[in-house]
Amino acid sequence: MASVSMTVNGREVSGDVEGRMLLSSFLRDDLRLTGTHVGCDTSQCGACVVHVNGEAVKACTMFAVEADGAEVATIEGEANADGSLSVIQQAFQDHHGLQCGFCTSGMVMSAAALLKENPKPSETEVREYLEGNICRCTGYHNIVKAIMAASGQDVAAIAAE
Amino acid sequence: MPKDSGIGASPKRREDLRFLTGAGKYTDDINIHGQTYVHFLRADVAHATINSIDTSAAATMPGVVHIFTGADFEAVGGIPCGWQITDRFGEPMQEPRHPVIAHGTIRHVGEIVAAVVGESLEQARDAAEAIVLDLTEKPAVVDMKAAAADGSTKVHDDLTSNICYDWGFVEENRDAVDQAIKDAAHVTTLELVNNRLVANPMEPRVAVGEYSRSDDMHTLHTTSQNPHVIRLLMGAFVLGIPEHKLRVVAPDVGGGFGTKIFHYAEEAFCTFAAKAVNRPVKWTSTRSEAFMSDAHGRDHVTKIELAMDADNNFTAVRTETYANMGAYLSTFASSVPTWLHGTLMAGNYKTPLIYVNVKAMFTNTVPVDAYRGAGRPEATFQLERVIDKAARERGVDPIALRRQNFVTEFPYATPVAVEYDTGDYEATMAKLEEIADIGGFATRRAESEAKGKLRGLGVNCYIEACGIAPSNLVGQLGARAGLYDAATVRVNATGSISVMVGAHSHGQGHETSFPQVISEMIGIPEDQIDIVHGDTSKIPFGMGTYGSRSLAVCGSAMVRAAEKVINKAKKIAAHLLEASDADIELKDGQFSVAGTDKSVAWGDVTLAAYVPHNYPLEDIEPGLEETAFYDPANFTYPAGAYACEVEVDPDTGKVTIERFSAADDFGNVINPMIVSGQVHGGIAQGVGQALLENCAYDEDGQLISASYMDYAMPRADDLPFYTVDHSCQTPCTHNPLGVKGCGEAGAIGSPPSVVNAVVDALQSGGKNVTHIDMPLTPSRVWDAMNNA
Repeated sequence: MASVSMTVNGREVSGDVEGRMLLSSFLRDDLRLTGTHVGCDTSQCGACVVHVNGEAVKACTMFAVEADGAEVATIEGEANADGSLSVIQQAFQDHHGLQCGFCTSGMVMSAAALLKENPKPSETEVREYLEGNICRCTGYHNIVKAIMAASGQDVAAIAAE
Repeated sequence: MPKDSGIGASPKRREDLRFLTGAGKYTDDINIHGQTYVHFLRADVAHATINSIDTSAAATMPGVVHIFTGADFEAVGGIPCGWQITDRFGEPMQEPRHPVIAHGTIRHVGEIVAAVVGESLEQARDAAEAIVLDLTEKPAVVDMKAAAADGSTKVHDDLTSNICYDWGFVEENRDAVDQAIKDAAHVTTLELVNNRLVANPMEPRVAVGEYSRSDDMHTLHTTSQNPHVIRLLMGAFVLGIPEHKLRVVAPDVGGGFGTKIFHYAEEAFCTFAAKAVNRPVKWTSTRSEAFMSDAHGRDHVTKIELAMDADNNFTAVRTETYANMGAYLSTFASSVPTWLHGTLMAGNYKTPLIYVNVKAMFTNTVPVDAYRGAGRPEATFQLERVIDKAARERGVDPIALRRQNFVTEFPYATPVAVEYDTGDYEATMAKLEEIADIGGFATRRAESEAKGKLRGLGVNCYIEACGIAPSNLVGQLGARAGLYDAATVRVNATGSISVMVGAHSHGQGHETSFPQVISEMIGIPEDQIDIVHGDTSKIPFGMGTYGSRSLAVCGSAMVRAAEKVINKAKKIAAHLLEASDADIELKDGQFSVAGTDKSVAWGDVTLAAYVPHNYPLEDIEPGLEETAFYDPANFTYPAGAYACEVEVDPDTGKVTIERFSAADDFGNVINPMIVSGQVHGGIAQGVGQALLENCAYDEDGQLISASYMDYAMPRADDLPFYTVDHSCQTPCTHNPLGVKGCGEAGAIGSPPSVVNAVVDALQSGGKNVTHIDMPLTPSRVWDAMNNA
């Protein structure tokens, strides 16, 4: 067992973990932050995307001990301080960018990382950035729309209903 | 001016708030004090005799609570099949025992061989590695036609052959169809594969079993589309638990697409083991396990013949299909290639004679069952591909050929036993031509050609049948369940409403759309209405969500229950207003006496129902809560027309979807935003089937597409923005909302147009390619181009 300490959504946390424990398990099972989801075991689906030191990371691809000392942000910390939805979260609701909700945490966290590095992405850039996030419900139409809308672009002109 | 509430409005989804903030509660988010974890040791060979299983070393490993093998489940029932098919000779299908844990024989890769329950998942997994299996491998049967051959290895030694059934439909038409094909001016023949798929909801399956000794109560938390179906099947047929001692809870479920309809061994195991070890038992599927234990979909091999007269009128259709059942019969496996497939072979066309033959085969593969569309995509694909091929052979426009043969008068009784109540196929085709800008295709093709690309246009129609019913008919056809649904409308004293529904929402947005209906009926705000679903201890006995049935069947039950509530509330209002109930009107949440200015608010009436001081107690009971069960008179028949435009790179064979348009007739629409979303998702799955997805076995029965590294899921950059329209509306004639169902249309309607488009592109490049089997990967397209 190894001790780990990290900051998760601004809160100091620590725990004793097996060396093989994944960051996704530490978040879900030890911290009970169950908003981070696990949809595959090959780092393909992206349901588990969180931010580690400001970078989008698949939490199933990283050991908890590797995040020792890191700043971690999860979907539970994405809303505004007053509890209202962030711009990206609100755009997902406004544009019906989610159905079953399972991939949504990872989609929102990836979208946040994308808009940080590219504040006005084109449709092609959004689609290419989402290569590592699989959604089975929406056909991506409304996810791409939501992300472009969150970046301040007029999506009514880009895509129909 | 679009409405902002009620029927036809698109309010934002209320369930999104929890999903967007990480506050959803999926089954894997449930952790119960004292829970144990199960790891299943799964077969890594497709067919073998189990000589012995030595668990002695594993049992001494740290944290092991108990190890189970097939012997522990000898006294319980097998996993049942919910539909008995009668073959064309009048005999019942062959129905092998489907054990919870393999006992004596392994029949597919992924079958459970042993189960280790441990204090932690890691300890259970470590111990499973110490189990020693002594197996004698047997040849595996993978190919369906080989499985049908005399002398083939049998998947089940106790059956007479690998043929589950040989079904003919309509058997009495067989000779007439044969004769019509002999007499035809032209017959177009096509042999094709409907590729095997894996549904892949993003949430893998999870089961948590619990047992309470104090009241002998079993609880199963599970990722299910239909908790009452699981309770019935598992309680009555597998474990022998009385229904009042078994609660099944399906909380937030992360997508289903059919594969979460079925009762699975892991659910029975966790329920059984929780009592045996007297602690909760949790199983969370990995994605790799999901690929080899979730029921797969499609997997048909078909020869279809379309006969026409000299004027290109369709005169007959004859098909022969091999349908893979896998190693065992999953819950509704047997119904998919038969009643959900044969009945749809008329499509949108007035073909007078149709004969469908289906041979369902056992093979050493994972069981195959319903996946989004279930039988209807297979029917649509055959028919719409053969029509396109026929148009090319006859040198006529494929849209014109379809139009010429459309059913135009309703109701229309098909030669395959169903009656379409309503529809307007010309309207959806005309709408498609408009939204897809088919007139502009030639210009776009020229632009593609200028870039060195081939461009193709593919069009198809589809019809589907939703809300399978009525129960007395499906009972005659072999269904072992009713297909009604139920709803309870519980009005609270202060006027808010809880609606308990048998339908289950796992992405469909029922928590938003169902209240729109009640709001429209009563005239109170939607936020005063909540939907309760997914827990057998809270909801009436309903059949859940699949087959695009929720609104058409359960929504109808909800309307009937709400009507009962309103009728009773009017009696109370009449008493309060000192009027006759016949004169009471309800509008915008106010009861008024017709022709007067006397009125009383909804909330005052509901309060009177629960505080009945001034109340007609001699005539009616206090309280305001009503239940209705609704058993539909017929299927509903959504239909539409789809168009796909592709570019093909002639150097690599890579296909890109440039435009995709869908014109659907879903009857009346409650929430257009949600309906569009359903179509989008269906299209993506259909395009996935057509271009990317393939569940592949090697000849030894090894599953070689068992992760997202090998099974190509559609990604955002594989797909364009879609153009969808559902303004053509012919309301269903036999349910109170006039709705038809929209959940599967996209997946049913899209694969043929993609393949039709690719063939069109290759033909435009001078390649005499008439068909390519799905998925149309670059290598398959390139091969077809270069061998044409």
